[in-house]
Amino acid sequence: MTAGDLLIWTRGPGLALALGILIFGVLLRLFEIYSLGRKSDLAPARETSPGSGWRTVFTRSLPPPGMTRRAPMTYFGGYVFHIGLAVTVFLSIPHIELLRGLLGISWPGLPTPAVDAAAMVTMIALLAVLASRLSNPVKRLLSTFQDYFVWLLTLLPLLSGYLAYHHMLLEYTLMLSLHILSAELLIALLPFTKLFHAISAFVSRWYTGQMSARKGVAV
Amino acid sequence: MKSVLPDHAGQTVGDALLQRGVSRREFLQHCGLMASLLALPAAAAEQLAVALAKARRPSVIWLSFQECTGCTESLTRSASPSLESLIFDLISLDYHHTLQAASGEAAEAARAAAMKDNAGKYIVVVDGSVPLGNPGYSTIAGVANIDVLRESVKEAAAVIAMGTCAAYGGLPAAQPNPTGAVAIAELVKLSSPNLPVVNIPGCPPIATVMTAVIAHYLAFGALPELDGLGRPKAFYGETIHDRCYRRPFYDQGKFADTFDDEGARRGWCLFKLGCKGPVTYNACATMKWNGGVSFPIQSGHGCIGCAEPKFWDMGGIYQALPQPTGPVAKVVGTAAAVGVAAGVAIAWHNRAAKADAKATHQTVKVEDLHK
Repeated sequence: MTAGDLLIWTRGPGLALALGILIFGVLLRLFEIYSLGRKSDLAPARETSPGSGWRTVFTRSLPPPGMTRRAPMTYFGGYVFHIGLAVTVFLSIPHIELLRGLLGISWPGLPTPAVDAAAMVTMIALLAVLASRLSNPVKRLLSTFQDYFVWLLTLLPLLSGYLAYHHMLLEYTLMLSLHILSAELLIALLPFTKLFHAISAFVSRWYTGQMSARKGVAV
Repeated sequence: MKSVLPDHAGQTVGDALLQRGVSRREFLQHCGLMASLLALPAAAAEQLAVALAKARRPSVIWLSFQECTGCTESLTRSASPSLESLIFDLISLDYHHTLQAASGEAAEAARAAAMKDNAGKYIVVVDGSVPLGNPGYSTIAGVANIDVLRESVKEAAAVIAMGTCAAYGGLPAAQPNPTGAVAIAELVKLSSPNLPVVNIPGCPPIATVMTAVIAHYLAFGALPELDGLGRPKAFYGETIHDRCYRRPFYDQGKFADTFDDEGARRGWCLFKLGCKGPVTYNACATMKWNGGVSFPIQSGHGCIGCAEPKFWDMGGIYQALPQPTGPVAKVVGTAAAVGVAAGVAIAWHNRAAKADAKATHQTVKVEDLHK
């Protein structure tokens, strides 16, 4: 198999397969979660606070008072990583072209050097949060194999994309194919790992906010 | 048997150039250009000139199999008259069934004589792929391409696979490859494993690359350095995208969205219009075509990636490189249906388990604790 063959596979059947697994997994898990249901709450709501759920979706992205001092790496590393990843994924022009091909919608992208810098900063943040996870005894004890595995799954597309753009290590077509393949691996495993928080985080935040309000802790 | 070929014995490239009135200055200039094209060090130009002048004109047998004659057209129309064409005149093209005057048995006799007279020294150039699905799909004088190839390369010094069809199978090998088309190097590897094969892909290829490869072979007795796909690195070492004069627009995020919009008029990057330059290794952006006048991107059309293996199967010519080429909608639709069905099945199972647990739940009373 040549690099060209791999590129053809990743752009064609590989992408279709990865997206198929993503959609299958997401629907399966959402059905599984929501069909479990909750016991009906017979107590009247303590407080009427419309919009608590929606507000929580956003307020949970902000650090609680004092937490940035207690766990600076968790918060700042997390911010830089997540924002950098969003910029790299959604503002790179080739990525927008892919989404245009899939969804039919597009938006303006950033110049390549800006995305390149964002990818580099994101990788540095990933390394920093890993170092923090390994050096902090509590975090280290809480970590499982999956935490390290999804860290690697996230790093690989960033690293391979960076290496491909800079023509490092392997010739461009092969590195580009490996970049697409690593992104497809991430997409396919997203529903079955902790990466599912990309979809479930906002729903669970809404639920938490809504239930807190109902119990008298309006947000 | 008396040879049917003109007698070239003893005639060197230097002699032939002298006969044609090419001055030493012009020849040295040409060698300098050739050395630079081949990415050789500056000192190599002189070595190339000395060696090339003494080299005997090589006999070349040109075989055309499953092809469109575009490669030959490219060669014959390369900015004539040029030094390339002079050098081309100065090889002894002993067999080429498009260009030769002879036909029928006389033509085939010319090939046989060239092979006999130059055994171990002649060069076989091939354009077109070989059909293995059925030998009758493509024949020359009633002989299947595979047999002509095997016979011709048996005592050759080197093989040049000219054009994408010869190098990788090209258009005939595009899915579903109805003739079972195979690249030349794959077949030569089976019949003559030690015979060097150079791939010069392109649809058509740049003619100067072939003359440069032959010049290198004549001067240094070896083929130039090749990449993993058997292509001379000097010409196929960089992508079209990396050497494209429109590359700065790509980096700035300036693109033509259609062929007649403001971006197209301003000469911005054609990536969104399907340019395959980022994954195409060739020298079009630097050597250009028609005597260095232009190349497709300069004319306003994206690179179609013709020098890459399976470029016909790389999706639509006007489809941007990142866009999906597979049956995404069909697969995702099916996956969604299966996901919903599996979700419903799991929900049913969980509910049944809950109901079962509820039904079998045993309550414990205070008096039970005293038993």
